[in-house]
Amino acid sequence: MAAEVDPAEVQTEQEEDVEVIPLTVEFSGGLEMLFADKKVHAIGLPAKTPDGKASNIAFLVDQVCEHLMEDDRKELFIQDDSVRPGILVLINDADWELEGEEKYEVKKGDKIMFVSTLHGG
Amino acid sequence: MAPSPCALCHTNRALILRPKNHQKLCKPCFINTFEAEIHHIITANKLFHRGERIAIGASGGKDSTVLASVLKTLNERYDYGVELVLLSIDEGIKGYRDDSLETVKRNAQQYNMPLTILGYSELYGWTMDQVVEQVGKKGNCTYCGVFRRQALDRGAAKLGVQHVVTGHNADDVAETVLMNLLRGDLPRLSRTTSIVTSTPSAVANAESGVPNHTNIKRSKPLKYAYEKEIVLYAHHKQLDYFSTECIYSPEAFRGSARALIKNLERVRPSAILDVVKSGEDMARLIPGSDERCGTGGCATNTTEEAGGCGSSQGRSTGGEMADMEKRLQQNDNAADHGLEVEITTMKTPRKKNAPKKATHASTQVPRKAVNQTMGQCTRCGYLSSQNVCKACTLLEGLNKSRPKASIGQVDAEDDETSTSHLSNTMNQVGISGD
Repeated sequence: MAAEVDPAEVQTEQEEDVEVIPLTVEFSGGLEMLFADKKVHAIGLPAKTPDGKASNIAFLVDQVCEHLMEDDRKELFIQDDSVRPGILVLINDADWELEGEEKYEVKKGDKIMFVSTLHGG
Repeated sequence: MAPSPCALCHTNRALILRPKNHQKLCKPCFINTFEAEIHHIITANKLFHRGERIAIGASGGKDSTVLASVLKTLNERYDYGVELVLLSIDEGIKGYRDDSLETVKRNAQQYNMPLTILGYSELYGWTMDQVVEQVGKKGNCTYCGVFRRQALDRGAAKLGVQHVVTGHNADDVAETVLMNLLRGDLPRLSRTTSIVTSTPSAVANAESGVPNHTNIKRSKPLKYAYEKEIVLYAHHKQLDYFSTECIYSPEAFRGSARALIKNLERVRPSAILDVVKSGEDMARLIPGSDERCGTGGCATNTTEEAGGCGSSQGRSTGGEMADMEKRLQQNDNAADHGLEVEITTMKTPRKKNAPKKATHASTQVPRKAVNQTMGQCTRCGYLSSQNVCKACTLLEGLNKSRPKASIGQVDAEDDETSTSHLSNTMNQVGISGD
């Protein structure tokens, strides 16, 4: 199959590999303290995961922990490889449960918000 | 996933999935429904009456900010005819309360409500920073909880207000129900689950209309509101609130109960209200609860130990014989120490809080019924079932630089619901360890 592939197409695919999706990620409700006390972050997320799948929320969360979090208390954000219960995730203002949760595939310009309900006044 | 339409208006895109019933709502329908439910709770429980002045215990956090916003909206929409004021307590913790008090000040302007800030330093002569310097980080929640409890009442009295509303939500109540369950403290459940708590003197002084700091009514209008919905309401209405964590308190036990509740919610969102409901049902079955006590005034008594969502009271676990035995025991103890104070309205003699007695009683009466009787603190006049109220006892310790004199046994993990009675603590020593 590889022999039949047009070299130009391969080139395109490689370009897609490095393509990034511009997103706005926001942390609030006390979560911002894990992210340098900054609430709104404009980021570019690779369009594909390393194994070639479309980037979804699970991948975003993973990347955010790796590149954006400036606190080593990852457990305040992640529990059992998922967003910790008590943290709301809003995808373009909609509850992520209405959007497929971690499987939601991000689109250009999406606004993803993580709001902690765990902090007091 | 295709966008779902709102279950109510069938027009807008649904943004909210309601935890209690999985209903999918759009933003305007959610806000309307949320407000309508709080209105229903207020009217069904007759929480307010026309002409009443009500102080909102305001911390600048999500719950009290949403409470202030919703109450203002409802008061205008349904013409409750109540006057709302904000009351904030400044514990004196630098880097924690400072910022949230700034938020409350902005809220006061946004909602056009007068704001009173009352500090621990002016009330007690100690800020929490100073207390922690004295007693260390461990156990400081005990002081904070006891002081805060009285502070809200004192602040209300100062404002001439007889009713304080707090932002306790369904998650908070469920959490406290679980904590009491896990501690084996069922008698406390009925207070934990009550939407209104009041004091005997509130009943007695109702006609005179003169508030003192012992007759303040407390209520929790957000008792059935999910924390999730409170946060979403604040988000969608773009309310100005402040999130922070107390720099001193790890609150390990409450934290574990909280985590458990949140984990349950993820698997079964209705669990939170179910736990609240279970707490209410269990409270009814407990001897000495509101239902059983009727007008005896033994269950709705709010002592200074009672926090916003719970307190120790009426540990009646052994029936009448145990009650009698306990009373006799108390008489004996009282006689032994020669500190008897007669309060004519009381059925049983006062208990005392001499530490000596604590060891004495804990060996002899490991777990017996206690009928609390209410009197006033001989030092500050605050409602108390003890000779000297908890705050005065703690203060005495602080002022003598012997901070751990009498609080060694008090469970410190429960600052919101405050701490147990010293006399109850004797009985709890084996149970409440954290």
